[in-house]
Amino acid sequence: MTAAFELILCLMILGTACVALLVRDFLAAIAFFVVFGNLMGLAWLALGAVNVALAEIAIGAGVTGVLLILTRGRLLALGEQIDGNPLGHWLNLGAAVVCSAFAVVLGAAVLSIAPDDGLAPVIDRLMPRIGVENPVTGVLLAFRAYDTLLESFVLLGALVAVWSLAPADAWPRAPAALRMTDPAALNVAESFGRLVLPIALVVAAYLVWVGSDRPGGAFQGGTVLAGGFLLAAMGGAMGLPRSDDPAFRWTLVAGPLVFLAIGLAGMALGRFLAYPEGMAKALIVTIEYFLAFSIGVTLALLVAGPPVRAETVP
Amino acid sequence: MSLPAALGHLFPLTGAALVGLGLFGFIILRHPLRQLLAVNVIAAGIFLILGGLGRGEDVTDPYPQALVITGIVVSVALTALGAAMITRLAEDRCAPAPTPEPPGDRDA
Repeated sequence: MTAAFELILCLMILGTACVALLVRDFLAAIAFFVVFGNLMGLAWLALGAVNVALAEIAIGAGVTGVLLILTRGRLLALGEQIDGNPLGHWLNLGAAVVCSAFAVVLGAAVLSIAPDDGLAPVIDRLMPRIGVENPVTGVLLAFRAYDTLLESFVLLGALVAVWSLAPADAWPRAPAALRMTDPAALNVAESFGRLVLPIALVVAAYLVWVGSDRPGGAFQGGTVLAGGFLLAAMGGAMGLPRSDDPAFRWTLVAGPLVFLAIGLAGMALGRFLAYPEGMAKALIVTIEYFLAFSIGVTLALLVAGPPVRAETVP
Repeated sequence: MSLPAALGHLFPLTGAALVGLGLFGFIILRHPLRQLLAVNVIAAGIFLILGGLGRGEDVTDPYPQALVITGIVVSVALTALGAAMITRLAEDRCAPAPTPEPPGDRDA
């Protein structure tokens, strides 16, 4: 029964990926990509990886989907042609042969590795020392905290890189407004945005809090927050900040800075990112809350894009 | 081992197929935004290989799980940067820069 379900799930994943790549209409492609992301989330659930399922559905399907739809709209407004596929048949065939061969080689390599949860018992033994029960949070914020610290700086770096694409005379204005242009749609979006933002805030805080013992965490909570911000911005309930607003800049760097400060304080104990015995959980939750808030704002701003010359008047 | 051997490799093999599929899309699709979508499919395939190979009898190894979460966040950062670059290129194509460039300073 489980085997049949997993087989069908995998076939659906491959099918939706095919449609997302090959369908002519790009909006349909994005719709199928979002479906693909949600099916990937189901696959992670089947693997028992609820943390990853949350992240995949929220970030992989949700944020990426919004980003693609927004970019498609901007490109269409500029008169770009996104649909269609002008490559010749023979080239397509050649690419198909090469990529199938590559997938077969990769599959053979995968088959040569036996699935193994060898690190799970090791991590289980270490978990009581840091006081949190969710092993994924333990890996992210204690055993491999270095990766997560760098990752938070990668997000920040990506935002700086996106901003650096702003035209010279647009800096440091706000990004293009996300307000909907259709009055009826705006009316609905505004009420919905006002309703959903406080709920997103509570859900995000809950996800971060519960993340230390059960599935959840800073990235999942931050993404829910970003979703709330984006909906509020689309409904016009919230404006996007100028890029030189100091309070807003502090919000962006607060998470990575607190993480770095706590990591450096660990050096007093002899090692970068070491937590003192007994205080590990308190420090991890502190880092996670700051991180979640910064991630939420950074993700929303990444989706909004670089500053633009003039305020777009709807 | 109670987990059937074939089932243990089901998700990683799907991941390998996704990488091949995404690569194919990346090669044949002409518009950069569609190629960006293909890159996301490749990334999803890689995550499925990485996470799926951590599957044990009743738990999945939390270590690759954490790496995959990191990967998902980095890939959305990459997608956002790519989308911003594509939009900027399209803007420059449809409306040449309003500031006059000094002669002889045009890049090829």
